[in-house]
Amino acid sequence: MRHHLILRVITKLLVGPIIIFALYVQFHGEYSPGGGFQAGVIFAVAFILFGIVFGLEKVKEVFPAWLVHKFTAIGVLLYSGTGVVSMMLGANYLNYSALNPENPQAGQVAGIIAIELGVGITVAAVMIAIYYAFAGRPPVIDDEDW
Amino acid sequence: MSSSPEQTALTIIDQLPVLTVVVPMLAAPLCVLFGNRHIAWIITFLASLLSFLFAFHMLFQVLDGDVLSYHLGGWAPPLGIEYRIDAANAFVLLLISGISTVVLPYARKSIEHEIKKVSHTLFYCCYLLCFTGLLGMVATGDAFNIFVFLEISSLSTYVLIAMGAERDRRALTSAYDYLILGTIGATFFVIGIGFLYMATGTLNLADLNVRMAGMEDNRTIQAAFAFIIVGMGLKAAIYPLHLWLPSAYTYAPSVVTIFLAATATKAAIYVLLRFMFSVFQPDFIFELNTLTWIIMPLAIVAMFAASLIAVFQTNLKRLLAYSSVAQVGYMILGMGLASTTGLTATIVHLFNHGITKAVLFMVVGAFVMRTGSSFAKHLTGLGKQMPLTCGAFVIGGLSLIGVPGTAGFISKWVLIDAAFQQDLWWLALLIVASSLLAVIYVWKMVEVLYMQPAPEGVIVKDVPISMLVPMWLMAIACIYFGLDTDLTLTSARVAAEGLLAGGSN
Repeated sequence: MRHHLILRVITKLLVGPIIIFALYVQFHGEYSPGGGFQAGVIFAVAFILFGIVFGLEKVKEVFPAWLVHKFTAIGVLLYSGTGVVSMMLGANYLNYSALNPENPQAGQVAGIIAIELGVGITVAAVMIAIYYAFAGRPPVIDDEDW
Repeated sequence: MSSSPEQTALTIIDQLPVLTVVVPMLAAPLCVLFGNRHIAWIITFLASLLSFLFAFHMLFQVLDGDVLSYHLGGWAPPLGIEYRIDAANAFVLLLISGISTVVLPYARKSIEHEIKKVSHTLFYCCYLLCFTGLLGMVATGDAFNIFVFLEISSLSTYVLIAMGAERDRRALTSAYDYLILGTIGATFFVIGIGFLYMATGTLNLADLNVRMAGMEDNRTIQAAFAFIIVGMGLKAAIYPLHLWLPSAYTYAPSVVTIFLAATATKAAIYVLLRFMFSVFQPDFIFELNTLTWIIMPLAIVAMFAASLIAVFQTNLKRLLAYSSVAQVGYMILGMGLASTTGLTATIVHLFNHGITKAVLFMVVGAFVMRTGSSFAKHLTGLGKQMPLTCGAFVIGGLSLIGVPGTAGFISKWVLIDAAFQQDLWWLALLIVASSLLAVIYVWKMVEVLYMQPAPEGVIVKDVPISMLVPMWLMAIACIYFGLDTDLTLTSARVAAEGLLAGGSN
């Protein structure tokens, strides 16, 4: 891809806005269409685009595969951990009102943001992991051997 | 939600229904986070042990016919997701978590031998997810939640089976076959739930039962019934839908085979029981017809055809897999009788067959570890060289046949009793006749192990103590539950009565 100057420049320009848009979808999810799943996919797109244009090795320098795997776990932990916190506060699993007993409404907002963040992290990490797995596969038959 | 009625703080005892499922679910990402196979094993074992203790405690809470209802997120059913524990699912939860807790000490050495070390952490993570899925399917009282957990357990099962590829590449095709068939099953199941939701507007199992009263002629309900039975029947490996099972069990790593054979089909059978008897009313004409003209004949065919196929197998793992299909036949036969005794037989056989198959597959895992093969021709004369392992095989085999004094006898006895209660003496005869087929394939293996001479110059030792102890624990359980039937029969009877009473209690 070294000679595709336009592609490389445009990609460099796009990666930042894509990530910012992902964060917008993530944290605006409770008021507008969006949420953790969509945000996670958009976030992963930034890395996948970078990987397609600059190569798998380059994107793995930014976000190594082992770290991707840890993040898949962190997201799930954040989600179910929120439920465990509400349990420790003496309420049912995933009852966010318990997070802020004086103001249950605020507790619910905090709970939703926490679990959506968990969803977002896991989805982004899984999408990137799937891309790594497919892109990292050696071709079964070389193009010349067809 | 701010007006949530549960203002008083809940104690850990109140949280048990959900904790049983949440603990392994939390443990799975922890394994990946630590990334060390020894720590992963410890986490997995502790999570499994905790679930077992929780399930044990819950069983004694519900044995007098009580029902534990837990509202996820504080949302009251039927709108919110409810975890509803009665004797039926507490008993199955106990089986699943108990088997897992016994299998894990065995797993450590066995997977060291069968799976390369870098994959161990991920193996335990997948194992925990599968475990979570099975527990969740059984614990929940919400139809859609069952589907979600079914998918969690299925997806991780495909990965676990494919991990057998290091020993035999055919694991990949069998995992793929199971993926295709399992996905069709899950899709059918979710289509059925969609129809139910369309007709009744609810997903809560108890509420479905109430709202479905008098809707017997509704075509949507009838279609939903068909879709759910076929979808879950695929997962439970009911006879013509069992094609994925033999290859999956044969090529999966030994530990996975033990765990799946003892728990996965059992969870699916539990879901079938729940839908047939406490969601759909068993007095619906279309359901009665299905039970009498489809389920019962298929059960009888399974008992004979699968046992007959098992007799001619040369691979011990495949032989036991076909025997599992036959044993599922006994379970759905009890279901087809649709009486309290029949259901008791199903539920008690679920448990007894679970522990029996656990012993037998543990023995096969030990053979694979020491001889590298599960083919009968490579196992000749092992009776002298691996006396403890082969001893456990004999006990498991006797229980599989249903010899008095073993767990297998109890469940067949109750099943025959149920047949006699409805004056179906010919059915009782068929049950005994099919047990004779089990005698043939078990004897065939005993002959290979004890009567045939060992190959010259090959010295084989018994497996390490960490594998022998779980194996014998299960073998002793096979005998114990054949003599002291208090826990199993009481739980099964209370469970059967609870299921037939429907959602009304």
